[in-house]
Amino acid sequence: MAMSAKSTELTRARVRSAWLFLTPMLIVLALVAGWPLIRTIFFSFTDARLSSISDYEFIGFANFLEYYEGEWYGVIADPDWWRAVYNTIWFTVVSVGLELVLGMIVALTLNAAFPGRGMLRAAILIPWAIPTIVSAQMWGWMLHDQFGVLNEILMTFRIISEPVAWTASPDTALWAVVMVDVWKTTPFMALLILAALQMLPSDCYEAARVDGINPVKVFFKVTLPLIRPALMVAIIFRALDALRIFDLIYVLTSNSRDTASMSVYARQQLVDFQEVGYGSAASTLLFLIIALLVVVTLMVGRVRLGEDPR
Amino acid sequence: MRTSVLARTGFWLLIVAIVIFAIFPFYYAVISSLRSGQALFSAAVWPDSVSIANYVSVFTGQPFGRNILNSVIVAVSVVALSLFLGVTAAYALGRVSFRGRGLLLFTILSVSMFPQVAVLSGMFELVRAFGIYNSLWSLILSNMILTLPFTVWVLTTFMRELPKELEEAAFVDGASPWTVVRRIFLPLMWPAMVTTGLLAFIVAWNEFLFALTFTLSTEQRTVPVAIALLTGATQFELPWGNIMAASVTVTVPVVVLVLIFQRRIVSGLTAGAVKG
Amino acid sequence: MHVRTLIGASALALTAALAAGGAQAQGASISISCGALGQELDICRDGAEAWAEATGNSVTVVSTPNSSTERLALYQQLLAAGAADIDVFQIDVIWPGILADHFIDLAPFMDGQQDEHFEAIVENNTIEGRLVAMPWFTDAGLLYYRSDLLEKHGFEVPTTWQEMTETARAIQEAERAEGNSQMWGFVFQGRAYEGLTCNALEWIDAFGGGSIVNAEGEVTIDNPNAVAALELASTWIGYIAPEGVLNYAEEEARGVFQSGNAVFMRNWPYAYPLANGADSPISGNVGVAALPKGGEEGKNTGTLGGWQLAVSRYSEEQEAAADLVRYLTSYEEQKRRAIVGAYNPTIAALYEDQEVLDAVPFFGDLYDTFVNAVARPSRPTGESYNRVSAEFWEASHNVLTGSETAEQALADLQSALERMSRRGW
Repeated sequence: MAMSAKSTELTRARVRSAWLFLTPMLIVLALVAGWPLIRTIFFSFTDARLSSISDYEFIGFANFLEYYEGEWYGVIADPDWWRAVYNTIWFTVVSVGLELVLGMIVALTLNAAFPGRGMLRAAILIPWAIPTIVSAQMWGWMLHDQFGVLNEILMTFRIISEPVAWTASPDTALWAVVMVDVWKTTPFMALLILAALQMLPSDCYEAARVDGINPVKVFFKVTLPLIRPALMVAIIFRALDALRIFDLIYVLTSNSRDTASMSVYARQQLVDFQEVGYGSAASTLLFLIIALLVVVTLMVGRVRLGEDPR
Repeated sequence: MRTSVLARTGFWLLIVAIVIFAIFPFYYAVISSLRSGQALFSAAVWPDSVSIANYVSVFTGQPFGRNILNSVIVAVSVVALSLFLGVTAAYALGRVSFRGRGLLLFTILSVSMFPQVAVLSGMFELVRAFGIYNSLWSLILSNMILTLPFTVWVLTTFMRELPKELEEAAFVDGASPWTVVRRIFLPLMWPAMVTTGLLAFIVAWNEFLFALTFTLSTEQRTVPVAIALLTGATQFELPWGNIMAASVTVTVPVVVLVLIFQRRIVSGLTAGAVKG
Repeated sequence: MHVRTLIGASALALTAALAAGGAQAQGASISISCGALGQELDICRDGAEAWAEATGNSVTVVSTPNSSTERLALYQQLLAAGAADIDVFQIDVIWPGILADHFIDLAPFMDGQQDEHFEAIVENNTIEGRLVAMPWFTDAGLLYYRSDLLEKHGFEVPTTWQEMTETARAIQEAERAEGNSQMWGFVFQGRAYEGLTCNALEWIDAFGGGSIVNAEGEVTIDNPNAVAALELASTWIGYIAPEGVLNYAEEEARGVFQSGNAVFMRNWPYAYPLANGADSPISGNVGVAALPKGGEEGKNTGTLGGWQLAVSRYSEEQEAAADLVRYLTSYEEQKRRAIVGAYNPTIAALYEDQEVLDAVPFFGDLYDTFVNAVARPSRPTGESYNRVSAEFWEASHNVLTGSETAEQALADLQSALERMSRRGW
């Protein structure tokens, strides 16, 4: 009995100190994120404009949905918004999926022992280290239909017979964005998977090899389940970035509504059109959509946030 | 053994493909940075003329050295602050069970769910209210919103993976939680901290929107903004060669950093992250 | 002495007092945003420093993003916060309506100097009776052509868009037959951005199709002339213009033209010295003309571009800042800028100045183009201009990509704009 009383006391002390430890981080986070986020949600219920930001009125949910003289207005009634939502989710699924597969291949390759492995590891990290603002422009130049190097190479190898306008047509523009995003962030994915692979106990493989099981089978039956938690962390953070994609689409594509993402839509309203209220409403919706998707991902991936240490 | 030659060749082809995929654009940037004038509109894959004029003009046209220094100061401060706050928080979130922990983690993550442009105006008001407009402090503060959720999450994952027995003996001996974190966890966490630190460093190093909005004078600007503001002689002329030269220049330090720490990244991540 | 930070209201008052005290002792300190880096910045700095020296004040030049969209975004952040960090703003010709509230009326400071400038631009910059910005330099779309190719294949410089289409096609095909497989007839700015608004407005105005929204604020875009103009333009893609033109801004178009791969190009005057520069492969073979008419009854036109100077309402040195604006927009300074940097003056008399004409010969021939340039509807639509423009370039882009017919797109645009202005602009 004495032991358990002591341990409850200890637990209480630990919980107290845990809050103490959390406080500095929470203060800083509240300081930098609190006001900007609350302000965004607040303005989404007003008709504020950038030119006269302090002169606004509450208009309830009118920015989200409003019925006015027989027609529906608001973000939710705007087909352009839903096209942006569709584009963003399409982009996220395709790019994160590709990054996952390619990252896995790169990681499996790097997991093998061969001379020059260290250099190769550094080499694959280069795309990730170049500022996005630069790599987007760089790819824009390389994808140029007339003097872009990609068309030049593909034509040299006779894969295409005449230059392709990669970023101009809506059919290929989003694929071009996917390609650049995959190029840029596969290293991040590969690195996390590689780390997970290196953690695997080698005796599993030895046993499998002795049993003469097909390596592909080993990968799906043994390796994949073991690295699943690491994959989930990588996927969630990649997906969060992909769902908020802005700069690649902004720099690379012709910026028409056919290729706009949710962030591009929100920025156009907030900055170009000065509609602080309406743009904030779009940002808030964007936040809700992402939150929903993350919750679903966490559930599907069976990630438990409040897990105890093992 | 018959398949071994075939497999070996395939393996090396795969490596070559990965390398080309990863570094060809960077190679192309280096080539472009050595070209000038009309040659920039050429699509050739090999360097036809070599000139370092672009590099010279990047450093003479603006205080580019100063811009690099600014970026270093901002990125290092952001990393140090994020790591300190991240480790203390990760101890609480990863090692101690209390009610609402999952909700708290989700709330922290939700900070990363707003588009940056929506945060911009509110952050701008904060920066002005603190009186740190046009100083590096504004960038250190605003970058925290980008790095902190990520740092806390990854470090919590690592922290949770360490064996449970670790601190129990120490606590029974009556050590304070701070001592436990400092003496027991910190040494074990170094690899993990190097990894997250490097990730945070690159985020801060590459951040553009805040840096553009919160600094005004050329002397206070960071590298991405300085590069974006490089322009040609007239409004519409794009100084492609200069942009490439500047980009190559600022990528090199990061690559060197990665080369130095790459063993740490790998072994660091190995220590945790595996069983989220 | 420049006030960089504002720490609450009391600190603001304190620093303002300090700045005012300092101003008496050592002249005002003005910061001006003009251009970005490079030649444009140098020329601006030289001018501003000459003023500073003459008046005993000091000047800081702030560089801002090159892309005008991003520059506007930055200005809006600063002005919405009432920041005094920039005193003099260089603003685009379409911004006075958007930013008018943040700028002071310059008329009292100009000694009537504004009357020497092009009337249309001064009118554009006058919002609700206040002269919120002074014209600094102007721009208008021009037709660039390859004089050598026209001569070789026996063509005249086209005077209508239809003729341009035929000439471009004929030369393109002839050149390709000779093995120049990358040759195209025409390049322009087809990306979905403000540049496409400028291009498409030129086509429509050339056909007599108006300027989207008329001076009274009525939406006029759905008319047969505008439809005809866009229908012609939609035939260009893949026929005389590469498909990639749908993602070209100014520099991409210049890149293709200057590499010798296009017969015609629509661009601003800036491209002239570059295309004729020493390292340009087509140097000496570049001609410039007014943009073609839309058929025989149409008119030569070009979209009005160019930049103005405005003084912030939040500036602590409004008088000195306005004086800097007066100096920079004066006859002498505009003359210097025309000679050194080929910036188009906004003062009519400078187009007859022999020294200017010696430096930039085409100024004389194209005087009419610059005077008669068509303004984008930024005045009648005021703060909503950017939304109008976005709808317009979106519709034009859809017509060019072929996803909508011109008739359909313009009818939709008409109703979208009417919907937008349901409670007035």
